[in-house]
Amino acid sequence: MKRVEAIIKPFKLDEVKDGLSKIGVQGMTISEVKGFGRQKGHKEIYRGTEYQVDFVPKVKIETVIDESLADQVVATIMEAAGSGKIGDGKIFVSTIENSLRIRTGETGTDAL
Amino acid sequence: MKNRVSICLLTVFSLSLASFALAADEAPTAISNKDAIELVQTHANYLWTLVAAALVFFMQAGFAMVEAGFTRAKNAVNIMMKNLMDFSMGSIGFWAIGFGLMFGVSSTGWFGTSGFFLSDFTPGGDPWVLAFWMFQVVFAATAATIVSGAMAERTKFVGYLCYSLIVSALIYPVFGSWAWGSLFNGSGWLEGLGFIDFAGSTVVHSVGGWAALAGTIVLGPRLGKYTKSGAVKPILGHNITLAALGVFILWLGWFGFNPGSTTTADKSIAMIFVNTNLAAAAGAFFAMLVSWVKFGKPEVGMSLNGALAGLVGITAGCANVSPSSAIIIGATAGVIVVFSVLFFDKIKVDDPVGAISVHGVCGAWGTLAAGIFNIGGTSASIIGVQLLGIGACFIWTFATAYAMFKAIDAIVGLRVSPEEELEGLDFTEHGGNAYPDFGVSSHGGIESFVPSASSPMGAAAAGSKIIEHEA
Repeated sequence: MKRVEAIIKPFKLDEVKDGLSKIGVQGMTISEVKGFGRQKGHKEIYRGTEYQVDFVPKVKIETVIDESLADQVVATIMEAAGSGKIGDGKIFVSTIENSLRIRTGETGTDAL
Repeated sequence: MKNRVSICLLTVFSLSLASFALAADEAPTAISNKDAIELVQTHANYLWTLVAAALVFFMQAGFAMVEAGFTRAKNAVNIMMKNLMDFSMGSIGFWAIGFGLMFGVSSTGWFGTSGFFLSDFTPGGDPWVLAFWMFQVVFAATAATIVSGAMAERTKFVGYLCYSLIVSALIYPVFGSWAWGSLFNGSGWLEGLGFIDFAGSTVVHSVGGWAALAGTIVLGPRLGKYTKSGAVKPILGHNITLAALGVFILWLGWFGFNPGSTTTADKSIAMIFVNTNLAAAAGAFFAMLVSWVKFGKPEVGMSLNGALAGLVGITAGCANVSPSSAIIIGATAGVIVVFSVLFFDKIKVDDPVGAISVHGVCGAWGTLAAGIFNIGGTSASIIGVQLLGIGACFIWTFATAYAMFKAIDAIVGLRVSPEEELEGLDFTEHGGNAYPDFGVSSHGGIESFVPSASSPMGAAAAGSKIIEHEA
């Protein structure tokens, strides 16, 4: 099993979710995060004083899938989340030791 | 001779009685109905005064929302508690002592000496004192709550309670007696000179503003607000929509604050309503313009402050200036408030909501403007009396408030410790959390924190040491 973690621009979430559903991904977890890489933040003003905001809002998608699906998942995310501009985000792939379904106790890919 | 005169008088008397008896059977006239007509007017006066009092009471909600919106989520519970107690303790303090000092019989012209504990009212007696008290207590509470915003995010709750009681029971009413005492049983030396402050630009707003200035100076700025090199690091408010809601509520409440000050239901309230609205609108618009020019984009915090500045600015002259003058007064207040906010940041007086600028500075402007734009014409002596009142208010309020805050600091402590300030007052002062469900950053996340019992002076000194670091 592989865990795919993708940090994407927030407005791309629906596109990515639809794309993943189409290729058979049955579950995912998302969280609202902030971060920066090469995309710089911007200046804002508050009551007359300027300040720099470095952290940019992003959405993190995490999904655990069968190894065979991993390449397709990565390709789908790259396609759906990409806009060609700085700040599109990153994808990290790691290996999962085990997974379990809490309700039934199933393990391995049966739990996905 | 005597007999003839007596007979004449008797005849005249009988005829009068007869005509009176006849008249009772004829159609009523304005003269015969005089008492009933006056009673209707009296009832209308009661109604208008108390409706206006309710509107001004609702300004407490406005202040609470403005202050919560412009401060951090981890202090929202504390803001709510301070605003709730301002009104609650202020009501009791003004009932017990304040009203008597402000409106009691004043032989000296400097403070009243009767009417404590609402003793002017006896059950079955004339209830006008109750209506008048109700209207005045909401004004006193307005002055008191102005300070809670300026002193937000670092003030010890118990210290704040002490301030709140003293300002409602002593500081506010004494100055109020100088300017407004004759509205009831008292008389003030300042009003005797012709001082114009119809609804309280000075009596209410400047008193609040200068007390806020004293408090913020004694407190010191929030941790991290200013760097050693003098740069300002903004501490963002957590909810601009709440702040805007607060301003709208205050604007609405001001329609009770200004026109209600007639305590009379008559046609004069129309112009006061219009003046109030135009000044607020002009203040908001011009503050927005100034912020746009100065900062490159129209800024919401300054615009909101501008609306309030306009409202404060028109409060003194709302009954004696024309609507076009109201626009000028409000616009000027809107411009002044932007520069004033920047000024206080420059001299490192940390005022999270701009209370000193909106209420103190623009209160002074509004009082001066009431003299300048007086419909009946202005003069050096009119302006002189206005300036005298402005100065007297500043000296009385700032001196007494400063001494009081210093005393509170020495006795119970005014400022929380740096750790408490970083963690957030919601938890450290109240054991609470304003937004437990929201995933909002509602506390500082300082691990295994225990509220400290450190000495107030040590805490304040430590606090000022911590801010002396490079950006």
